[in-house]
Amino acid sequence: MQTETTEELAIEVRDLVKRYPRSKINAVDGISFSVRRGEIFGLLGPNGAGKTTTIGILTTSVLPTSGMVRIMGVDVVGDPIGVKQHISVVPQRSNLDQSLRAREILTFHAAYHGVPRAEREARAEALLKELGLEGRGHEKIRRYSGGMAQRLMLARALMHSPDVLFLDEPTNSLDPQSRLFLWDRIRAMHERGVTILLTTHDMEEAEQLCERIAIMDHGHILVLDTPDNLKKLVPGGTRLELRLRLPQKVEASRGDGAVSSDNLRALLEQLPGRPRVEELPADDGQEHHDIRSFRLYGEEAGELAVEAMRVVSASGAELRDLHVARPSLEDVFIFLTGRNLRS
Amino acid sequence: MSVETSIDAIFIEKGARERRPRNRLAMILVAFLAILRRDLVVTGREFIPFLIQVLLQPLFFLFIFGKVLPSIGAAQQSYASLLLPGIVGLTVVTTALQGVTLPLVLDLGFGREIDDRLLAPLPVSLVALEKILFAALRGLIAGAIIFPLAYWVLGSNYSVRTDAIGVIIGIMVLTALAGATLGLTIGTLVKPEQIGLMFALIFTPLIFTGCTYYPWSQLDGIRWFQVITLFNPLTYACEGLRYAMVPPVHGYTLPTLGIGWVLLGLGVTFVAFLGLGIYTFRRAVVS
Ligand SMILES: Nc1ncnc2c1ncn2[C@@H]1O[C@H](COP(=O)(O)OP(=O)(O)O)[C@@H](O)[C@H]1O
Ligand SMILES: [Mg+2]
Repeated sequence: MQTETTEELAIEVRDLVKRYPRSKINAVDGISFSVRRGEIFGLLGPNGAGKTTTIGILTTSVLPTSGMVRIMGVDVVGDPIGVKQHISVVPQRSNLDQSLRAREILTFHAAYHGVPRAEREARAEALLKELGLEGRGHEKIRRYSGGMAQRLMLARALMHSPDVLFLDEPTNSLDPQSRLFLWDRIRAMHERGVTILLTTHDMEEAEQLCERIAIMDHGHILVLDTPDNLKKLVPGGTRLELRLRLPQKVEASRGDGAVSSDNLRALLEQLPGRPRVEELPADDGQEHHDIRSFRLYGEEAGELAVEAMRVVSASGAELRDLHVARPSLEDVFIFLTGRNLRS
Repeated sequence: MSVETSIDAIFIEKGARERRPRNRLAMILVAFLAILRRDLVVTGREFIPFLIQVLLQPLFFLFIFGKVLPSIGAAQQSYASLLLPGIVGLTVVTTALQGVTLPLVLDLGFGREIDDRLLAPLPVSLVALEKILFAALRGLIAGAIIFPLAYWVLGSNYSVRTDAIGVIIGIMVLTALAGATLGLTIGTLVKPEQIGLMFALIFTPLIFTGCTYYPWSQLDGIRWFQVITLFNPLTYACEGLRYAMVPPVHGYTLPTLGIGWVLLGLGVTFVAFLGLGIYTFRRAVVS
């Protein structure tokens, strides 16, 4: 039974610790997790959490201080060459071979991995096309944009058809369009059965792509679960966001008393279930000074929405936008650490 | 386009491949040769700049010291024949050494272009070995081209023994390997911001204490300096080449360091820095 489950695993990590030489703290401090074959797994955490170090150990370029890691059943310390046969890495920072043309970067990579010549030419052709680089294969990559370089690194990683693909912050600093394109390609790889481990400090990315997520901070895994289960960790269930325009001064002065944002907030706090209310800072470039946004945390979103609308219209304010949101992974992180992910 | 591989085919073909596991040694050899081929392709593409870079300085040295100075009476006519082995030795060592050092310092510090090769299915020490072999090859090519160059520059002052070509080649090969291993060690220890310092503290003393421009035996008068030169591997290269290249003039044979000492000096340098260089390389790439 035990061996059967082990066979299904692409990645097994047990009690992994890494302390860099001359460092007083552990960059990775006793983490354990495993990833099933064919799964997309995410390591989510702020800068310095130990994500890149973890990927380094799993891909044989960093030696663990202690603990055990197996990739497709092969031990990373005992048989790094065996591990390298199974994996591919797209690093956080470009490490493309500047002396080669784009297409050669792909074909040489495949050659290092023993892919026969005709096959590697055909694959390079297919992957350049798949990643939107058709016709750009003969260029030196100095002329490539950040997004193109990132796509070329993904193409390179796929040239030897790896079993496990490691992506270290794959869409960091890319424009939104390139990001969506890469997400799409990553999902396509997942559908083809490739096991994927990615790191990110972008909540949306983790939520969009990953089947399971480990939230990392200071070298520890704080929690590990599906995105939906992680969100259930945050108390207060749902979240309601209101954007409204305060009553005009003219009307207010002759009406039943001016409604300031403070009054409105007090009114909202009186709603059934006594929701917690936060006023959000004004957006940059907001066209009107009298636009206000509030966030309400409560248990029953539907009832809260109805009651909030009633209070707002009774106050004479104009409701501009109402949004019911499930908690995000961002909320989970703030809940767990008291800090914002981007800080 | 008749045959078009779809991405799916890549992953379907994989299933078939997995059923016949490849022999591990064959896999390592294939990866090693592919990495060597990459370097050949890259250097081949910039062969002319490579030649200019390594040959311009020896060319001027041969011209000024082997041709101009003897012509104006500032040096003896025979100086050219002692200088030539020194220039060959220096060119082989510096070309081999810098062929590893400079790219490696920049690569480990900034580019990390080597990462893709480190992730190939072979031991990382073989990636280092490939660098040594390839840099040694570049050193040998540069050294070999010095001969026709000298023949052209020195004219009637060109005189090289032709009865010891085997010894010349053997010493050049050993010199190139020793230079490349030294380059590997330096390249893995120096940080990018220390490159300027490296030239001043390592290359300059290496060049001037290596018996390139003077024969070792004539340093008798400056004993302490003669001893210092023995710590420089270049001394053994230049003296070995003098032994095999300088013809007797009027029955007088130039005394050189014994060939046994030459082979020992170069051999010890090669073995010691091969071990040390591979150790420091592994430490630099696997943290
Ligand atoms: N080569 C290294 N030597 C020493 N310390 C390192 C090295 N690489 C990373 N660290 C430290 O280890 C910790 C984790 O870093 P890293 O794994 O890069 O985190 P992340 O990828 O999550 O941002 C940080 O405190 C970082 O300073
Ligand atoms: Mg990182």
